[in-house]
Amino acid sequence: MKNYSLVTYNDFAKEMIAQYKFRGDYVLASVFAAFMKKKLSSIPFDLIVPIPLSDERLYERGFNQSEALIQACGHEPRRLLSRIHTEKQSKKSRSERIHLSQVFQIVQTIPDQKILLIDDIYTTGSTLRHAAKCLKEAGAHSISSFTFARG
Amino acid sequence: MRFAVFENKIIPDKLLDSPQKTLQISSIEKIPLQKKNPSYKYNQELQQQLSGKQLLLDDLAYPLSEIHQHYENGHLQYRKGIIIEKSKHTCNRCGNRDKHLFAWFPCARCGEKCFYCRKCIMMGRVTTCTPLLSWTGPESQLNVKGPQLHWSGTLSIGQQTASKRVKESVLNNKELLVWAVCGAGKTEVLFEGIDAALTTGKRVCLATPRTDVVLELTPRLKKVFPNIPVASLYGGSEGRHLNAPLTITTTHQLLRFYQAFDTVILDEVDAFPYSVEETLQFAVRQSRKQVSSMIYLTATPNEKWQKECNQGKREFVTIPARFHRHPLPVPHFKWCGNWEKQLKKERLPQNVLQWIKQRLDSQKQSLLFIPKIDKMERILPIARQLHPKIEAVHAEDPLRKEKVQAMRNKEIPMLLTTTILERGVTFPNIDVAVIGTEDRIFTESALVQIAGRVGRSSHAPGGDITFFHYGKTEAMIRARKQILHMNAEARKKGLIDY
Ligand SMILES: [Zn+2]
Ligand SMILES: [Zn+2]
Repeated sequence: MKNYSLVTYNDFAKEMIAQYKFRGDYVLASVFAAFMKKKLSSIPFDLIVPIPLSDERLYERGFNQSEALIQACGHEPRRLLSRIHTEKQSKKSRSERIHLSQVFQIVQTIPDQKILLIDDIYTTGSTLRHAAKCLKEAGAHSISSFTFARG
Repeated sequence: MRFAVFENKIIPDKLLDSPQKTLQISSIEKIPLQKKNPSYKYNQELQQQLSGKQLLLDDLAYPLSEIHQHYENGHLQYRKGIIIEKSKHTCNRCGNRDKHLFAWFPCARCGEKCFYCRKCIMMGRVTTCTPLLSWTGPESQLNVKGPQLHWSGTLSIGQQTASKRVKESVLNNKELLVWAVCGAGKTEVLFEGIDAALTTGKRVCLATPRTDVVLELTPRLKKVFPNIPVASLYGGSEGRHLNAPLTITTTHQLLRFYQAFDTVILDEVDAFPYSVEETLQFAVRQSRKQVSSMIYLTATPNEKWQKECNQGKREFVTIPARFHRHPLPVPHFKWCGNWEKQLKKERLPQNVLQWIKQRLDSQKQSLLFIPKIDKMERILPIARQLHPKIEAVHAEDPLRKEKVQAMRNKEIPMLLTTTILERGVTFPNIDVAVIGTEDRIFTESALVQIAGRVGRSSHAPGGDITFFHYGKTEAMIRARKQILHMNAEARKKGLIDY
């Protein structure tokens, strides 16, 4: 799977993303989007899909950070996936995260189209790979991903 | 989250047995308080954590049902996180009213457009669907028995006068401004007042804008009040819920408190830029009990406060002399022409250069204040031609602590600095100069503070303070006048021997 990223996950990006995602400063979505839009127009896709959050996590944060990025970029997020797992991933080690069993499930029929997954940050890539695998098996034509930062 | 509104109470959506019309808490007209049930078996841990505070549900680890039960029994109060009046938002935690510091998002908690305060978001997001939680049950007992002060030092005459006034204000729930010159020893002046407050069962808070000061004051106060719990709060500190008789905190952390203190002492009122003063006043107001005392400490009150003192509109007491009974060094003004232009040619004005050389020749340590970092970076190589060990320091400098320590150890002959060293840091025997004193950053109080760095030790009570400038400013004149005035007053009161 091809992944596109804009910036490396340096201290500045880290602080910005923490302010956005963990402290919940939603307006920063449009700051990130300002950088992402141009790149987005050069990536071929039919549908743009956010990485979903668990219900608890969504309630805790108040919004889904990847969905907000999609909207700030002026696109319609297609919610094709939902989460099975609810455990806190960030508390797991890197290798545990990579070896996690399936975390996503399909919530509607997947068309035979080019799908672009969006997330704020690419670290091990395991989250995005899991989502891609899930979509591919359900009949997607091809999957690529685009993140604001890459660790 | 959302609340259903009934005749005389509100219920969170998650606790409803049947579907009801619900609202964001900010849209509820009036949130009814519940009658206190005196026989309610309340959670004592919750009481400890919530007494005198305004916290978010996310700050507490108890189930919503338990929290709500405390509300139903009149032991807890829900307040709006954000108040909407005529479609204008006010943050009820930090007092923010600036519409540029509010934003909205489609909220998963309440399912609608939710406005949030960006100003205090570092302490957890407050939105139009966020309740602020406060304790309305029985106050937790402080268990302070009898006088607590263990201190054998002595106060100067000036300190004694101030100390007495502080104590009076504390006991009578009054406001007082303590105007104490740099080096007067203002902390000791608080001891008796704090002790009187503690002895009468009052909760005391000492607030300051800077974390450094919290870290410096905590051990000093723990030492003189060794038998009571002292809470020390700053960004990232532990034990933020500790319910202590004496709390030492940054003013920012004060935003978590609500009607908590009988006495609030606010240190370094002059350290606040005008723009943040409003937030500060709000934070202090929120944290005080309705009947309480308020002590302001400053070395240089702003113009407005000075005027109020002169017009008799503000209760104040001065300590016009230093502990060592020598007068404050008075700044010299020296015109140095267009120094920025000279700097472009990698030169310093002749009289500035001369000043530096004299200090180096006589091996007296010195500080040179510079208004901007980029200018400082240009001055450093020029100064180093005179002495290779001269260093420069600014707020973001990762080696700031090390450089200040090296200066203390007398390993550095001269330190170039931005206003970061204007207060707090003291070196025993130094001369001080400012270059570009005409810059706006050098306000009256900044200049009084800078001049206050000189002559701090009783072994070296004198020293030179020179303001090099390219045009005298009102701030310079007022700063000098303030220093002269304090010296005159000290002489009149017999607080100076030399
Ligand atoms: Zn706020
Ligand atoms: Zn909401």
